[in-house]
Amino acid sequence: MARVNFEGVSKAFDGALAVDDLHLDVHDGELLVLLGPSGCGKTTVLRMVAGLEDPTAGTVSIGDVIVNDVEPKDRDVAMVFQSYALYPHMTLRRNIEFPLRQQKVPAAERARRVDEAAGTLGLGDLLDRKPGQLSGGQRQRVALARAIVRDPQVFLMDEPLSNLDATLRIQTRADIVSLQRRLGTTTIYVTHDQVEAMTMGHRIAVMRDGRLQQVAAPQDLYERPANTFVASFLGSPGMNLVPASVDGAVVTVDGTRVELPAGPAVAAGPVTVGVRPEAASLAPEGIAATVVLVEQLGAEAHVICALVDGTRVVVRQENRAARPDLGDAVAIRVDPAQLLLFDADTGARLELGR
Amino acid sequence: MPATDAAVRPPSSAPAAHRPPRRRHRRLRLVLRYALLSIGAVVVLFPLYMAVVNSLLAPSQIAHQPPPFFPLHPQWGSYRKAWTEGDLAVYLRNSAIQTTVIVAGQLVTSVLAAYAFAFLEFPLKRTLFVVFLMTLMIPFEVTIATNLSTVSSLGWFNTFPGLTVPFLATGFGTFLLRQAFLQIPRDLREAAQLDGYGHLRFLWSVAVPLARPALAALGVFSFLSAWNQYLWPLLVTGNDNSVRTVQIGLKQLINTQLDQINVSLAGTVIAVVPLLVLLVVFQKQLVRSLTSGAVK
Repeated sequence: MARVNFEGVSKAFDGALAVDDLHLDVHDGELLVLLGPSGCGKTTVLRMVAGLEDPTAGTVSIGDVIVNDVEPKDRDVAMVFQSYALYPHMTLRRNIEFPLRQQKVPAAERARRVDEAAGTLGLGDLLDRKPGQLSGGQRQRVALARAIVRDPQVFLMDEPLSNLDATLRIQTRADIVSLQRRLGTTTIYVTHDQVEAMTMGHRIAVMRDGRLQQVAAPQDLYERPANTFVASFLGSPGMNLVPASVDGAVVTVDGTRVELPAGPAVAAGPVTVGVRPEAASLAPEGIAATVVLVEQLGAEAHVICALVDGTRVVVRQENRAARPDLGDAVAIRVDPAQLLLFDADTGARLELGR
Repeated sequence: MPATDAAVRPPSSAPAAHRPPRRRHRRLRLVLRYALLSIGAVVVLFPLYMAVVNSLLAPSQIAHQPPPFFPLHPQWGSYRKAWTEGDLAVYLRNSAIQTTVIVAGQLVTSVLAAYAFAFLEFPLKRTLFVVFLMTLMIPFEVTIATNLSTVSSLGWFNTFPGLTVPFLATGFGTFLLRQAFLQIPRDLREAAQLDGYGHLRFLWSVAVPLARPALAALGVFSFLSAWNQYLWPLLVTGNDNSVRTVQIGLKQLINTQLDQINVSLAGTVIAVVPLLVLLVVFQKQLVRSLTSGAVK
């Protein structure tokens, strides 16, 4: 177990910055999720911890050791690949003990540790099979077993669930979380799936275009996103972002005035208003809109409305609420207490003096 | 037969003439394909068959017109004669040594070079690979003169090194195995790297086992070409029977048995047997390697 620290880490590929001046501290025993759209640099960050990529600038340390010049094999990290990277010609036993063979672990102890890891992941009966004879979920667990059998300082997981179907993904998600909590091994988990990030991480680090946007616990991230990107990336659907203007504690959206409990410390002018779908509701009075689409999800529904200027706003409705029809003229009411303001130019969230 | 075919097929009571044209075309194609393959097989196998037949005939019967297509009274004596008078035991042993050394050498050098091209990064990698490919376009005959003078300056005439060393590396093998190695996901290399496996250990425990079909194919190809070499062994083995290969031995046998075609043919059949055994044993691997990538 160990903390992982990034100090001003950058990585350029042929002059293009994939990771830009990353400062991040992964705590000992923590499961930190690196979240972002594809191409945001999150996998590159992971590979720099593994030693599969060298940073162009800055230092990466594991424990108290700067590992920039340490060989991958000497870093004591285990990685679970998106493709699982199982050796197709070896049995599961050989696959799982592969790292131990290299460490010259005696045969008896090797067998014991493989049995233990396989037992933990429910693979005990399959050890004589080859990866080709397994389902996707089983292969995924073999990849995990191969990582935990080494008892490394740090686990690195690169979208390990993305090749599983939806049901299995939810199940395995829970399995990985309980495994990580039990082993208490520092884990860096890369994903582009915000639900995975919300449900698994002690903290989430959101990246975009190689830059770290925000690091926070899932609920903090959801409630207090640092900027419009984080606000819209988290949540399903993401936060509604509507152009508006502010003057003191009064926000005007599309001609409708909303009075906030407290205003931001900025001069009057344009802002972006952020409203979670569950903080908006259809009401007799409010911001005028037209219903564009109604998505029924069983327990709830998403009513997608267009404001007069064309901006889309999603309203989440409880199951009991009456559904509007397509084309209906409706009014949207927002809960002033749950309303966030963002700088219209930079997208950064404006603190409200509450 | 695919399920879709059953689905479009009308009830079986429908007369043949009413079958949908697509189905009839498919059957016609199948018949044509088999006919062509059969003709090809006959063209390839007939000379071999006639060699076996003629090797079992008495010399007087061979001249008979039309020649018999089946030996009614097989004369096995020709095989004994070919074996003893042609010194085939010595020549076969020489060929076996020469071929084994060449095949082993080509496999080792090709595996190592192909691994470098597939998994390592080094300066001028592309240029070097193109140079390797260019050697495929140079006919062997072009290099004979230089190779001969090299071998002679090393004093390797009438020696096994002279027979084998010029063939220990091959651009073709490097290319074939590089393609096979490139099929191996990079993740496997990186996973092994994190687990502490160096290049050689990864090569041995992962890359080589996964490239087995390509290795088998390369082994068979290089066996065939080494076994069937004629010009080079003729040039470097001079008059020394102790290192001559079986192909040269056959030529000598034919020269000494001008009136005994059956004996020459018996010798030829003996020399072909190792190749046939090899092809039968490795047929599956060979086909799999040649068609890999075609079927995914």
